[in-house]
Amino acid sequence: MHSNQYESVIGLEVHIQLLTKSKAYASDPATFGSHPNSNISVITLGHPGTLPKVNKRSIEFAVKLGLACGCNITRENQFARKNYFYADLPKGYQITQDKTPICTGGTIHIKTNSVDKDINITRIHLEEDAGKSMHDQDPYDSLIDLNRAGVPLLEMVSEPEMTSAEEAGAYLTEVRKLVRYLDICDGNLEEGSMRCDANISVRLKGDPNLGTKVEVKNMNSIRNVQRAIDFEIQRQIQMCETGQRIDQETRSFDAVNGSTFTLRSKEKANDYRYFPEPDICPVIVEQSYIEKIRSEMPALPNELHKRFTVDFQLSEYDAGILTENKQIALFFNALSNLTSNYKAAANWINGPVKSWLNENGLEIDSFPLKPAAIAELISLIDAGQLNFSIASQRVFPEMLKTPEVSAIDIATANNWIQANDSNELQGWIEEAIAKYPGKVDEYKAGKTGLIGLFMGEVMKISKGKADPKTSSQLLKEALDKA
Amino acid sequence: MYKSLAETRSAIESGETTIEGLTRYYLQQIADKSSLNAFLEVFQQDALNQAIAADEKRKLGNPGKLNGMVIGIKDVLCYKGHKVSSSSRILEGFESIYTATAVQRLIDEDAVIIGRLNCDEFAMGSSNENSAYGPVHHHLDPNMVPGGSSGGSAVAVAAGLCLATLGTDTGGSIRQPASLCGITGLKPTYGTVSRWGCIAYASSFDQIGPMANTVEDCAIILEVIAGPDEHDSTMIQKPSPAYSQLLKSEGPVKIAYFKQYIESEGLDTEIKAYVLQLIEKLRAAGHTVEELEFPYLDYVIPAYYVLTTAEASSNLSRFDGIHYGYRSKNATDLESTYKLSRTEGFGKEVKRRIMLGTFVLSSGYYDAYYSRAQKVRRMLRDHTNNILNSYSFILMPSTPGTTFPLGGKSSDPIQMYLEDIYTVQANLCGLPAISIPMGQHSNGFPFGVQLVGGASKDSDMLAFAARLQNDFV
Repeated sequence: MHSNQYESVIGLEVHIQLLTKSKAYASDPATFGSHPNSNISVITLGHPGTLPKVNKRSIEFAVKLGLACGCNITRENQFARKNYFYADLPKGYQITQDKTPICTGGTIHIKTNSVDKDINITRIHLEEDAGKSMHDQDPYDSLIDLNRAGVPLLEMVSEPEMTSAEEAGAYLTEVRKLVRYLDICDGNLEEGSMRCDANISVRLKGDPNLGTKVEVKNMNSIRNVQRAIDFEIQRQIQMCETGQRIDQETRSFDAVNGSTFTLRSKEKANDYRYFPEPDICPVIVEQSYIEKIRSEMPALPNELHKRFTVDFQLSEYDAGILTENKQIALFFNALSNLTSNYKAAANWINGPVKSWLNENGLEIDSFPLKPAAIAELISLIDAGQLNFSIASQRVFPEMLKTPEVSAIDIATANNWIQANDSNELQGWIEEAIAKYPGKVDEYKAGKTGLIGLFMGEVMKISKGKADPKTSSQLLKEALDKA
Repeated sequence: MYKSLAETRSAIESGETTIEGLTRYYLQQIADKSSLNAFLEVFQQDALNQAIAADEKRKLGNPGKLNGMVIGIKDVLCYKGHKVSSSSRILEGFESIYTATAVQRLIDEDAVIIGRLNCDEFAMGSSNENSAYGPVHHHLDPNMVPGGSSGGSAVAVAAGLCLATLGTDTGGSIRQPASLCGITGLKPTYGTVSRWGCIAYASSFDQIGPMANTVEDCAIILEVIAGPDEHDSTMIQKPSPAYSQLLKSEGPVKIAYFKQYIESEGLDTEIKAYVLQLIEKLRAAGHTVEELEFPYLDYVIPAYYVLTTAEASSNLSRFDGIHYGYRSKNATDLESTYKLSRTEGFGKEVKRRIMLGTFVLSSGYYDAYYSRAQKVRRMLRDHTNNILNSYSFILMPSTPGTTFPLGGKSSDPIQMYLEDIYTVQANLCGLPAISIPMGQHSNGFPFGVQLVGGASKDSDMLAFAARLQNDFV
């Protein structure tokens, strides 16, 4: 196989389930995990005579995502019906947007080991989710849970501009990060609150025409999206190589063996008969409304990343870890207002704070200390009153146990305040030197590495309270004089 | 029997009757004239309870606006705890778990809801022959049709089975049977009455409206059922006026009529003569009545059928045998559940319109049919609105003829569709229109004349209709 002669072309359709309290066109709760068929009104049930009503929050969320991606926001939003029959679609049609998606254009920036580029967004439109059919819960019947029916979704369609599973993964990671920063979706692929379909085709390098695309569905993690893409690329190349025609079809990913299989062919594809939804008047999104949302937008990962690297002079690596998670980034951002030692702040967050969170399986929301407490630790270290190891290994754990007590009080009470007093230091140094007279001579004879031994002794005698920097300076002087 | 709410109220005030007594009278009338097949179900006990409560409220001195009115509702309106079927087998046994806004507002003003009325299945038809529960018969001759789709609603009023009814009008379904049965039927401006709880035929055309003996009764019912409702986002958001208080119309008005409509070959010559005579009477009374060219008559029916069937094909998708209503016993899997339930559950005309609507929306045909019909709709709306900027009303016949024999047109859908030739324009344009009884044809049957008013000018239209009713016919 000459797989290196081929290139793959990938576009992603991401369904983003919105964290609104109520459904897209009805007032029943959109909560996940309720008892089956409990969040259902006559509208959700599609009872005769019922009418939809647009949830204004879903419009707001769509505009937020659009602004975050630099999209154009559509002024006159028409809704459309997409008609098809399915057991978990009580109305027999889905209310969606067809000709006037609420957002068009815009980009998602991705960065991998090999690329650093913008992926263009074709469109983002509002629609409603279907219910859930379950075929494996009962030996005789299929069961339907309509709790999810009518939950608002945004469908975000990218241009076919990705060329590898790695890029697709980076794109999804960015989108997930963004929706979490915007608080519009919990971004959970495993639970299906974010879902991704991949359109994949291959062509010979240099061929200006796109190959026949295959749509792959049912991948419930970013990892599985990547596995499905890798499998599909190889399958399509193999078909090309063996002279077989690739059919336009929809395939499903089988996570157990990492392969894809045919779900339906194009011939069997539905004619959805889209037409304007006559039960909903077009929703006008005014410029003033867009500006209001813009003014209330939270800081976004890209902006924070830029701030951390440019203004705070942090490394790409540090900034990357800090912005991965919105709450962490916000915690750091708050901390950065309380200290100017940004590097130390980053080290605290990426070090002791994260370790503690990992050990306890908690998110930063549940972290007992406020940014001010970490800022205090940093300033105590900078003032030479604590050294990092005492601060991180002794004071910090105590603070976590008693968050209401300040670092300085804990350190003082435990006699951990670092001695800067040169008389006390001097005493410890003299004691240490006196302990190893032979080593003093060796040191003086040029074996300067022995300073470590004396430092260790000073630390031992001082029970770690000696400021290492001052101590080593004073120790050197004392040894030279000895 | 009392012909209006005012008459009824004064009879009650004088102690001549009570609402309970009236309700019992109507219940007896319905039983005696059950062969008309106007009612699909009588809500006997609920109606009597409402009547007793309404009598109480009157005695306590706080009667609602419709205190004394016994009213029937077309079988497309949902009423909590009551069956509703759209006269279709597909909703066999279905009971609504909520109440339509219009029905609730009637109840809140003390109306007695006496039963649900037969109609064409899913309001599709012009003769009431498309009901799964048999045709409604004309009250003057059982071999003749009452018109449709609100045939039961028209006959119930005309035959004195109740004082008034609610119908729905998608292309003439209130006005055409009102004309054929000799009563008054009002289709309000689109967006005046909430469609919440009205089983949809074509959402952008459907309006609920009153049918009664008088313009005054139509006005008071409209006053009660009209006005914004949070459930229906296609409504006009302004509060609606007190129509019943605004029925005075004075001075000369400017009226248009269309040459092509009067000279249409399909129009009964006697009706034509009546309309022309009415025009002369109006002129003689000082009104300006002018003949205008309106060369679009040939387009209204095709545009109407393309658009309404498109919407209907989607609106009726929910009747799938899965969630409620009729499910075929022969179904073995999901697909056969759909196919058999819908094949067995829907009648012929409904299936014809679902097929037609599916066709006009399908890829490859959408632009040729649906898009083009939408353009025609916009053009008709613009032209009609332009005319209504210069004239207060457009006057036209309600129907091309009087009633016709059962089975007379059912073999020829096009002939049947032409029954609505004068009524669909108001629905295509979203305008208010009213049919008031004009007179008796030499064949012994009634027919109406129609006024079309400007958008949201229902009040002006009702006021002038009252003048027509009282002074000209």
